[in-house]
Amino acid sequence: MGHKNPMPGGECKNPWPDEGNTGHIWDEDLRELDNPPPLWWMLSFYAGFIMIIFYTLYYPTIPLTNASGEFTKGMTDWTQINEYQDDFKVLKEWRTAKFADKEEQLASLSVADILKDDDLRSYAVATSKALFGDYCAACHAPGGAGVSGFPVLADDDWLWGGSIAQIEATIASGRIGNMPAKGMMGNLTDQEVSDVTDYVIALSEGKAEDVAYAAGKTVYTKGMCMACHGPAGTPMAPTGAANLADGIWRFGSERDVVLSVIANGVNVKKNGVHIDGTRQAVMPSFKKRLPNADVNVKRLAVYVHSLGGGQ
Amino acid sequence: MSEQKEKALHDFGPTGSVLEHMDTHNKNLENIGVEILPIHTGGTVHAKRIPGFFRTIKWLLASVWLIFFIVPYLRWNGHQAVLFDLESRQFHIFNLTILPQDIWMLTLVLLFLSMLLAASTTVGGRLWCGYACFQTVWGDVFTWIEEKIEGQPNKRIKLEKAPMSLNKFVIKLKKHTIWLLLGFLTGFTFVAYFVDVIDLWSRLFYFEWSLTEAGIIAGLGLATYFFAGILREQTCIGFCPYSRIQGAMIDTQTELPTYDLERGEPRGRLKRLKLGEEQPDLGDCIDCNLCVVVCPTGVDIRYGQQFGCITCGLCIDACDSVMAKLKKPKGLIRYASLDEFGGEKLPALWKRPRVIVYAGIMFIALGALIWGALNMAAIDVKALHERSPLYVQMSNGSIQNKWTVKVVNKGNDPMKAEVSASGPEDLTFKVGGALNIQPGNVGSIMLYVQIPKKTLNDTSTPIVIKVVDLNNPKVFEEYKSNFIGPKVQ
Repeated sequence: MGHKNPMPGGECKNPWPDEGNTGHIWDEDLRELDNPPPLWWMLSFYAGFIMIIFYTLYYPTIPLTNASGEFTKGMTDWTQINEYQDDFKVLKEWRTAKFADKEEQLASLSVADILKDDDLRSYAVATSKALFGDYCAACHAPGGAGVSGFPVLADDDWLWGGSIAQIEATIASGRIGNMPAKGMMGNLTDQEVSDVTDYVIALSEGKAEDVAYAAGKTVYTKGMCMACHGPAGTPMAPTGAANLADGIWRFGSERDVVLSVIANGVNVKKNGVHIDGTRQAVMPSFKKRLPNADVNVKRLAVYVHSLGGGQ
Repeated sequence: MSEQKEKALHDFGPTGSVLEHMDTHNKNLENIGVEILPIHTGGTVHAKRIPGFFRTIKWLLASVWLIFFIVPYLRWNGHQAVLFDLESRQFHIFNLTILPQDIWMLTLVLLFLSMLLAASTTVGGRLWCGYACFQTVWGDVFTWIEEKIEGQPNKRIKLEKAPMSLNKFVIKLKKHTIWLLLGFLTGFTFVAYFVDVIDLWSRLFYFEWSLTEAGIIAGLGLATYFFAGILREQTCIGFCPYSRIQGAMIDTQTELPTYDLERGEPRGRLKRLKLGEEQPDLGDCIDCNLCVVVCPTGVDIRYGQQFGCITCGLCIDACDSVMAKLKKPKGLIRYASLDEFGGEKLPALWKRPRVIVYAGIMFIALGALIWGALNMAAIDVKALHERSPLYVQMSNGSIQNKWTVKVVNKGNDPMKAEVSASGPEDLTFKVGGALNIQPGNVGSIMLYVQIPKKTLNDTSTPIVIKVVDLNNPKVFEEYKSNFIGPKVQ
């Protein structure tokens, strides 16, 4: 059989008629073989094209928006974000159903009982992390590490009590710190404030009985500091007064910070306005701030209790 | 077609192999560099079955696969003896429970098996392919069924060419039904290693299989049907990577089914001599073609070792049976290495470098595996140091660090884990109490450690967290961690 030779020269006889070449021959023996892909391969290739048409119609393919800012939709309203939200809804429902009995127990039991139940306590702690991050960590730092001016929750030094019930009360109702400036009567002189500052620092270092601090000790009595902080610097009851005998400082351990607190007090107001230099120490009430507060106050109380210093 | 081949076909029946019509010396193709491989490249290979030594070996080794079908039904201590429970992430093998933590042992198993494959290949050729591979075994069983239903190869070819009739349809229906049933059983048994087999059977009759189970069983079943029934040797030749890899593991000392070229050639049929005629000087090969006829992959072993050959030894059986009839010594095709044909004596196994290397890796893997199985702790401890805050000043002057201790019970009995810490002498610790952990579960507890500030002479002090199972104090694990404190002035 004759084949057209694509090269100038015209008609020639194909010397390899049976090997399935296309009849295109160059340089005497360089020739193109006709080896089509297998049928199944070609069929999936065509099927791929059909799929493209289907995709274009089904999904939001055309990158255009109309005047009101709506994008071009496909045959359905499918979008990735819709799919994500649908899936998330399913996940949420699944979670709610799975932990329904635990949530019910949290709501019905007292915090003390929750704390006693290992299983329930772990559950409360595990589910508190995000909540603590959203509502508490802004002041108390993640993990209750505390930041300057805001109490550390991971230690065992509590202003308002470290029992689980007291922690719950603090979260639910909030606390307002209160310390008069310049002694209970506000009558200490600058020199006396300075002396008592040295004495208080010595108290925390265990050197208070040193004669060098005798003046400060007198002022401590005269200013009636012991009424709240106790005769030895340790408060009798959790009334918000700091323990002066330990090494933990509410506002800072530097001498000028301590001096400033004694001189200006905490939350001291004149005509309803905070005076200059006074410390504003307020823990807001979370009863109304927290979503689902009935359960979440207890949950957070258990979490804070477990941070390191719960009593 | 040569005259000899035609006669062979007359004697032994057609094989259906295109080799019968293929001239492997195609000048045109050789000109353009196409290698002509002496393998079957189209149509179905209908290999003849003849009894013999290697046939028996093949059945014996194939029957080892029966274990695969039996094992899921074994029970042990009230549960399935071998169960790979993916959902609760526990692998039960009789008394042994393997948790994801011990999955490193799987890599050793795989290493051992791959080296076994390499070592066996270098000694005896594709032993795996020829005798043990599931593709070979299932294909063997499927063609055996075909032969029982459709008859000998020539009958099968005739049936294939015949137009569709009720008779043909019934025969084909029978065959394909049995094939599909076998495929189903294979897929089912595979899944039965991952879920309770009795439960799986009972749920079959209530149509309560999950989509995953049904999908895997159907997929594997159809794949078995397709690969073992339809594709057969094409899987070994075209799909399976071993056919290419294993060739690279073979050297001149490897014993393979080989045709003795010197003894066999020139091949030719013995003729009845007419008066005055002289018998031509021929080799022992009478070119009866029986070795090609019985080959399950349709190769001609007389071309030498080739990638289509799975070294199953069936051609040896065939040739030996002919040699016996001719009253000539057996072994015209035999297991022998190229060196032996070259007149050399093979060195002992342990003196061959390849064997030493492969076997060395193999035994290292095996040793590590045995060590792992004997020393697999029944407990796994991880202690996560609290990062925020790293340490806390306590009112008694101590520094406190906090850990979340996670204890995995890898044993088979409930565990009562007691967590303790040790380090500097005046270290104290507080922990919630003993943890009750069920087998295969994880327990988590907080550990608070306090060290007086004056004892700490570095920001980091090493401590040891110890977890003991109070139910069985022999089970314990120590976890080393660092206690973090403030900068020391």
